Amino acid sequence: MQEDQPIVLKIENIHKRYGETEVLKGVSFTVKRGETKVIIGPSGSGKSTLLRCINQLTIPDQGRVWLEDEEVTHIKKDINLFRQKIGMVFQDFNLFDHLTALRNVEIGLIKVKGMNKKQARERAYNELLRVGLKDQANLYPAQLSGGQKQRVSIARALAMDPSVILFDEPTSALDPELIGEVLEVIKNLALSGMTMVVVTHEMGFARSVANEIIFIENGMILDQGSPYDLFINPKHERTKKFLYKITELYGKSKDE
Amino acid sequence: MDSLDFIKDIVLPPLFEGTLVTLKLLVFSIPLGLVLGILIGTGRVYGNRIISFLCTVYTIFFRGTPLLVQLFVIYYGLPSLGIYFSPFTAAVIGFVICSAAYHSEYIRGAFLSIKNGQMMAAQALGMSRMQAIVNIIFPQAIRRALPGCSNEIIYLVKYSSLAFMVTCVELTGAGKIVATRYFRYTEVFLVIGALYLIMVTIVSNLLKVMERRLKIPGLG
Repeated sequence: MQEDQPIVLKIENIHKRYGETEVLKGVSFTVKRGETKVIIGPSGSGKSTLLRCINQLTIPDQGRVWLEDEEVTHIKKDINLFRQKIGMVFQDFNLFDHLTALRNVEIGLIKVKGMNKKQARERAYNELLRVGLKDQANLYPAQLSGGQKQRVSIARALAMDPSVILFDEPTSALDPELIGEVLEVIKNLALSGMTMVVVTHEMGFARSVANEIIFIENGMILDQGSPYDLFINPKHERTKKFLYKITELYGKSKDE
Repeated sequence: MDSLDFIKDIVLPPLFEGTLVTLKLLVFSIPLGLVLGILIGTGRVYGNRIISFLCTVYTIFFRGTPLLVQLFVIYYGLPSLGIYFSPFTAAVIGFVICSAAYHSEYIRGAFLSIKNGQMMAAQALGMSRMQAIVNIIFPQAIRRALPGCSNEIIYLVKYSSLAFMVTCVELTGAGKIVATRYFRYTEVFLVIGALYLIMVTIVSNLLKVMERRLKIPGLG
């Protein structure tokens, strides 16, 4: 269904080096509207760095990023305008600790988008409703469970009306019994047509939701294709091995 | 004249006047010192290289020299450059400068204790660095810095007595004058001590109330 959709995000030849180590060695891919792209790969393969290079929280050494025909990496463009449109959900949530759930969601609307307080509050409340947290609106992050925190952070990203949301291992810091509630929310977003790039180790989720899976190792894309291509018919022996190992480790049927 | 009557009739009137001067010194010095301290501390952590360097030099300089020396320079030294201050103003300037140096250390430590993820999340939303510092980092940092800053403010209540050294007659100064005239140091300075104790108690309780008001679950 995404075949004839416009391209929302285009990443071209991203390189990033930290001292001696080249973390990313020329990664390119595109994401179409409504597509869910899942990035998998072993720890240290550069997946998180790649996501951060997209919204320039990490500045790539080389390579370019486009968001809807506009170049994010263009030197003269205001990066903050792009970041408003690129949602990000972090592994360790990074909720603002001094604000309630509701205020976490509305602060971007007020301070960045300049929305008036009443409208922002209403919008924030609706986003919390959407992730199933209306009763927690007035609690502080320290009073929420991990799964609830992550859902607030998803609501915070959603409130900004982003063109694409980047998920950086959204369930990796969660207790096993809390993973489901977060995946459920992300899955519903995928179904509702949100454009997303998700770094994850949840293979069941990847299989059931991804339009395309990208396998990254040593800073390069080793394999990419539909879940069917990768799980049933991988091109590389290495992909097969990784998928076998990780599926065994995390279990395969959480989402099936 | 017995001690109680002496204290009531002779000692207390000038001491109350002195206390008023001390309070006036504090009303200016505490908030201004805190504000300057916040600016210096912020400059050290988030300023560019030049600002950060200047703020660090400030702290080294004013934390590393005695307050009394600073006061002497301000009141007795600067006139040789054509800069004159009243005793009261000189004292306030000295107190503000000195307490800011200490506050800046608490603020700096508090800033550094805020996890990098907070800044990242703020920037990911589209906030500029400045917006992130003002809206996200600072409100958290100030809560962490408050206990340390409270301590410094309580010190300030007491070292305000140094104002007398630049001829600003505050509580200690007023006491010294009375005590010398009647040569009865014990009674006078006991009363002075009690007055400082009362002021410190009031100030520390106010600070405690403020800390409690600002308290947020999981922060601090």
